[in-house]
Amino acid sequence: MSSFLTYLINGISLGSVYAIIALGYTMVYGIAKMLNFAHGDVIMVGGYTVFVVCSTMGMPPLVGILAAVIVCTVLGVTIERIAYKPLREASSLSVLITAIGVSYFLQNAALIIFGADTKSFQSVIHVPSLSLMGGQVTVSGETLVTILSCAVILLALTTFINRTKTGQAMLAVSEDKGAATLMGINVNRTIAVTFAIGSALAAIAGVLLCSSYPVLSSTTGAMPGIKAFTAAVFGGIGSIPGALIGGIAMGVIENLSKAYISSQLSDAIVFSVLIIVLLVRPTGLLGKQIQEKV
Amino acid sequence: MKIKNKTFRQNAITYAMVLLFYLICQGLIMSGNMSSLMKGLMVPICYYVILAVSLNLVVGISGELSLGHAGFMCIGAYSSAIFAVCVDGKIPEMAELLLALVIGAAVTAVFGFLIGIPVLRLRGDYLAIVTLAFGEIIKNVVNAVYVGVDENGLHFSMKDSLSLGLSENGIEIINGAQGISGLPRTATFTTGIILVFITLFIVLNLVNSRQGRAIMAIRDNRIAAESIGLSVSKYKMMAFVISAALAGVAGVLYSHNLSTLQATSKNFGYNQSIMILVFVVLGGIGNIRGSVIAAFILTILPEKLRFLSDYRMLIYAIVLITMMLFNSAPKAIAWRKSIKERFFSGKKAEAGKEAQ
Repeated sequence: MSSFLTYLINGISLGSVYAIIALGYTMVYGIAKMLNFAHGDVIMVGGYTVFVVCSTMGMPPLVGILAAVIVCTVLGVTIERIAYKPLREASSLSVLITAIGVSYFLQNAALIIFGADTKSFQSVIHVPSLSLMGGQVTVSGETLVTILSCAVILLALTTFINRTKTGQAMLAVSEDKGAATLMGINVNRTIAVTFAIGSALAAIAGVLLCSSYPVLSSTTGAMPGIKAFTAAVFGGIGSIPGALIGGIAMGVIENLSKAYISSQLSDAIVFSVLIIVLLVRPTGLLGKQIQEKV
Repeated sequence: MKIKNKTFRQNAITYAMVLLFYLICQGLIMSGNMSSLMKGLMVPICYYVILAVSLNLVVGISGELSLGHAGFMCIGAYSSAIFAVCVDGKIPEMAELLLALVIGAAVTAVFGFLIGIPVLRLRGDYLAIVTLAFGEIIKNVVNAVYVGVDENGLHFSMKDSLSLGLSENGIEIINGAQGISGLPRTATFTTGIILVFITLFIVLNLVNSRQGRAIMAIRDNRIAAESIGLSVSKYKMMAFVISAALAGVAGVLYSHNLSTLQATSKNFGYNQSIMILVFVVLGGIGNIRGSVIAAFILTILPEKLRFLSDYRMLIYAIVLITMMLFNSAPKAIAWRKSIKERFFSGKKAEAGKEAQ
């Protein structure tokens, strides 16, 4: 029982990271109607930034996290400006291939800069672990901070979208780009802001992910990225609470299948969930039904 | 009639190109002017060309982005390798290779059909990500499976080789992540080229047939094509299954070119699928001859440019991005048009002057 609880809590923690990444996917997909394949690799860039600032330069963790957020935000906006903006009116196939190209570019640039060997990441979270049920279940500080930051981010984001002008503009653009333009909303700026927020979240996710799983390589972000996309689809793409539910479900499924079925097949199981969800309920748990117009 | 002649001429150029390449290479091999390194690349060129052409059928002709092409190659390679180990030494080499090709293509086609049922119900980005998922699932499962054979037939297990329960003279075929060893290396450059010809024949004929035009009509406007009575799922499935089966053939060629077969992320993973996609994009999406040329160049070039080997993947990524921006961005298209117009109008003006 206690081991099950440990797996469950670790699953929720991993799921919280997925949820934070999935928020980036869901927002970008909702507004720019594109799958930002490079989102997972922005996580990796965030991880490397913290590694360089904290482990190599010896700065305090908070500086590292701040640097990661700034670097990733700039990177996200730059990617959008250079690679995606010129293709806004092009077919979705070309946008997707470009996004794959960007993802591949980031991975291989990191490979050249930092080398092929994996770096061991020193956790930047220094919170004492918590023991529950009379010491039977230990929850590490990383797990606590991860779950907590996910909750804070979710609340902050919901408030931002519902209460601020920019947030409302984002909702309007995701609803109808043309009408939003007529209402005087700067669509390009709104999309850039969305990318900035998504990439900043990716940076935080990168820090949390690398603190819990302390290995860093050029492909660190690729798998979590795809799984988080799965989570976003699972919860219903475009929906913020959906990203949370989907993310946590994904994390729990992955950790439990790793523990009880097969660690080798856990990825296959996660992907099977994606396939089943897409077939049974393509719009996800909380997604909106889209009517096709001729 | 004129159009028919034109496509015939275009196809003939493609075939002639491959034939010329074969003759030149054979000449070089015969006269001993080819390094062993290049000789080792001859079969890879063939299976990369087949992979690129078959992926182009899905991406270019059918208009769906498939990111799991290496998974189909994996199925073809493994199914034919199991067959090869089972019959090793019992039938002649040529017959073995021929049967392996048939089996590899058939098994992959079946898997392509089964995977196609769920995949083709989806569209766009979802379709791409699900094909990626299937590719990874195939690679994961192949790495976790144990297969053995004895006089009672094939045994499967997902745990370890001991739980196969083989009898004394049984052979272990797939040993989990260690893969298959002791394969016959029967693939030759000539068989590879013959398979390239067959692939080109199938794909080029399909593209210029009634079915091919239906597939392209669905790509260009699904709703319009459906409303004139084309069965969308049938034609999409046709392209998908043929593409999968051809990737399976490439897999057979791949497995028969090695003595040990392992499924890693390098040969059957996402990276391989992306590399095939790079061939297709560089050659021109929907352009079969372009795929052949791109696959050929991008297989030879890295060996010739060894000093750039660290930057190879980075260059691929930049190629992908710039090609897409150059070919699909509305501004780039408009810019190209204006250049063309200026060029041609200049010519016209000159022609006008001459006429005066």
